[in-house]
Amino acid sequence: MKQYLKRNPNTQIVNSLRTDNDRGHRWTLMEKLLMGLTPQQYLAQAVSNPLNWLFAIVFAVGIPVIIGRFIFGLEWATGGPQSNAWGLFLGFGLFGMVPLSSSGFQMGSAVEVFGRHDMEPLERLGILNGILGYFFAVVFLMVDLGQPWRLPYPMVVSWGPASVLFLVAWHVATYLSVQAAEMSTSFFEWMGWPAGRTVIKKMALGLAVAGIILSTLHQGALGALSSYAPGKIHPLWYSASFQWLYFFVSSLPGGLCMVIVVSTIVIKTMAWRCDDNFKLNLDKLHISLAKGASMGLITYFVIRMIGVAHDNKWAYLATGWGVWWMFEIGFGVILSLFLLTTGVRKNNITLIRMGAWTTILGVILNRLNVYLITFNWKHGEIEIPPLREFMITITIYCIYIATYRFILYRWPVLFRWKTQYSEYAVLEATPAAIPADVAAVAGLEACPVGK
Amino acid sequence: MIDRRDFLKGCLACSVTAASVGVVGKNAFAAGSFEGYPDAMGVLVDLTRCVGCRSCEAACNNEQKLPDPDLPFDDKSVFLEQRRTTPKAYTVVNKYEVADKDTLFRKIQCNHCNEPACLTSCFVNAYTKTKEGAVIYNSKVCVGCRNCMIACPFNIPAYSYSSPTNPLIKKCIFCYDTRVKYGRPPACVEICPQQVMTFGRRSDLIEMGHERIKNDPAKYVNKLYGEKEVGGTSWMYLSSVDLDKVGLDNHMQKEPIISNVKDFLGMVPMVLSIWPALFTGIHLLSTKNKGEHGDHDHKEGDQQ
Repeated sequence: MKQYLKRNPNTQIVNSLRTDNDRGHRWTLMEKLLMGLTPQQYLAQAVSNPLNWLFAIVFAVGIPVIIGRFIFGLEWATGGPQSNAWGLFLGFGLFGMVPLSSSGFQMGSAVEVFGRHDMEPLERLGILNGILGYFFAVVFLMVDLGQPWRLPYPMVVSWGPASVLFLVAWHVATYLSVQAAEMSTSFFEWMGWPAGRTVIKKMALGLAVAGIILSTLHQGALGALSSYAPGKIHPLWYSASFQWLYFFVSSLPGGLCMVIVVSTIVIKTMAWRCDDNFKLNLDKLHISLAKGASMGLITYFVIRMIGVAHDNKWAYLATGWGVWWMFEIGFGVILSLFLLTTGVRKNNITLIRMGAWTTILGVILNRLNVYLITFNWKHGEIEIPPLREFMITITIYCIYIATYRFILYRWPVLFRWKTQYSEYAVLEATPAAIPADVAAVAGLEACPVGK
Repeated sequence: MIDRRDFLKGCLACSVTAASVGVVGKNAFAAGSFEGYPDAMGVLVDLTRCVGCRSCEAACNNEQKLPDPDLPFDDKSVFLEQRRTTPKAYTVVNKYEVADKDTLFRKIQCNHCNEPACLTSCFVNAYTKTKEGAVIYNSKVCVGCRNCMIACPFNIPAYSYSSPTNPLIKKCIFCYDTRVKYGRPPACVEICPQQVMTFGRRSDLIEMGHERIKNDPAKYVNKLYGEKEVGGTSWMYLSSVDLDKVGLDNHMQKEPIISNVKDFLGMVPMVLSIWPALFTGIHLLSTKNKGEHGDHDHKEGDQQ
């Protein structure tokens, strides 16, 4: 798309409800899906994007493997490990993606609860990142479950409420609904259904608080799950008292840094889709996010050290596993902390973005260490997942990226709908909801309630 | 009596409905831990008697109608490696060469914990600890998350991954359906030519185990494995060598596995009750001088 627009700078891209900068007829759904291009133009831009060719190759190979997993069974796909029952699908797909998706509740609560309205250009991106991460974590789970068609069982058929996983199932399901509601504002705007948007706006605070509650609990619960396996996970990665805190606290910088990373990719690859509000504020917002992430990381670092001290596990540091632990902490936490804080102090966005990358890699490495790499460390060997497991994991991750891009191209996430809200205004509850410049254009007096 | 499991169930049920949290919590903490059903049966395994004939494996295979093994049950070459339970074998015998002592064999199967980790980790409640002591499994509700395999401290549950449409957990059920329910010993115990295993009430077996150690302290290490481990197990072991040397973790925690997540689960209702007021309060404080909530649409318009 970027290349295509470079060659055809006068292309009209859907960025409002109506054509010609909102003066013409309403865009039809098909036109909106094609972003205002003709089918030929759409195809031309798709073909000129090298990422699509990469996707084509991955999907051509990977999707048959995913289908094969359901026809031939899990053993065909993952080798059927009896002792390391959870492999890449959960280790990476669920335990790795969920902490990086905590951005949804953090951006939502920053704006709605803490009143940080300067964060708004990134709010919707944070929420979208959240919902997609959770959704695809569930997709990974569906691939991993022996009988995925029984997924609703913990909700409706048989309850096991003493189980941590029961809590995770309920919370992830509830939280997906909360995020779907939060995300629906951009969908309603895109579809041109202002009534839905108005309803959700009224619930914004409630949704944000629900997001905080559910996230505190299930991010922690993903850590508490590993407390079931005290003898199996290496002691340096295990702490019965603090495991849930490790997971919860590290998910905070993980989610914030994921927003930095995604918005960096966005500004480099689809700047055409971002409005000025997004583009001009991005560096400043990255610094704000980096400050938050640094506080999360230093807290995480301290509690990891307290965990080692609390159970007096220092002796393990002198072993091979200890070196690996120090690498995880050194790379994922200390290096990240150094890059982020230096970046903040020197206003150096490049350092911040590098720090964001190392943070999210550090979080993923931690989850893999807990559930895959150090799992059954006493057995002495690390189980390498078979090729098909990697292929399925990569394919699902590519579907995730493709879906992410599909939405970012279309819904008002990186930009605001140019539609003059005059037709919305009839339905909006308060005049304050009408953007001031729109109100001015319409000859109305901008009079926010409460002033 | 309200045991810990019921307490946690209660706790979570409360958290789901967000009701009457404090009352349940107080009573349950006073109740302490679950000691096991009073008349639960068990098996005392005396490792000094086992000669590795594998007839228990054959009996189990026959009783549970399992598929034929890859190698016949009299094939001793299986001892070349350490095996674990599989979907085709609910029990396996392993051989342990212990320096300056004889070779020892140990039969591996589900130990039927008093407070099983598989049961407490299962989110569809597929496991049941029966009053006879058996830990049984309901294949009708199993979703296949395999959390029980992660949680089992003895690595017992196996999963029939090879089935695309109906993969299930496969594990020893103490011959519950066919024998233990009617007071008869499980097939492996009955067939053993060496009387390695004694079937009886768990409380009696604990006495018997200590009696044997007392009567022959030179023969046994002073430890009845399973009496205290992870809250107590129905199957218990006597050995002539340190149990680490026969593949049993001698440093296994004494508390049931669920006690590791007790703190976390206890916090759940608190978060559910405190967070809403806390964060709504923070919202009110942090937006106090910034005008009304709807203000942000206005600001966003300003910046455009």
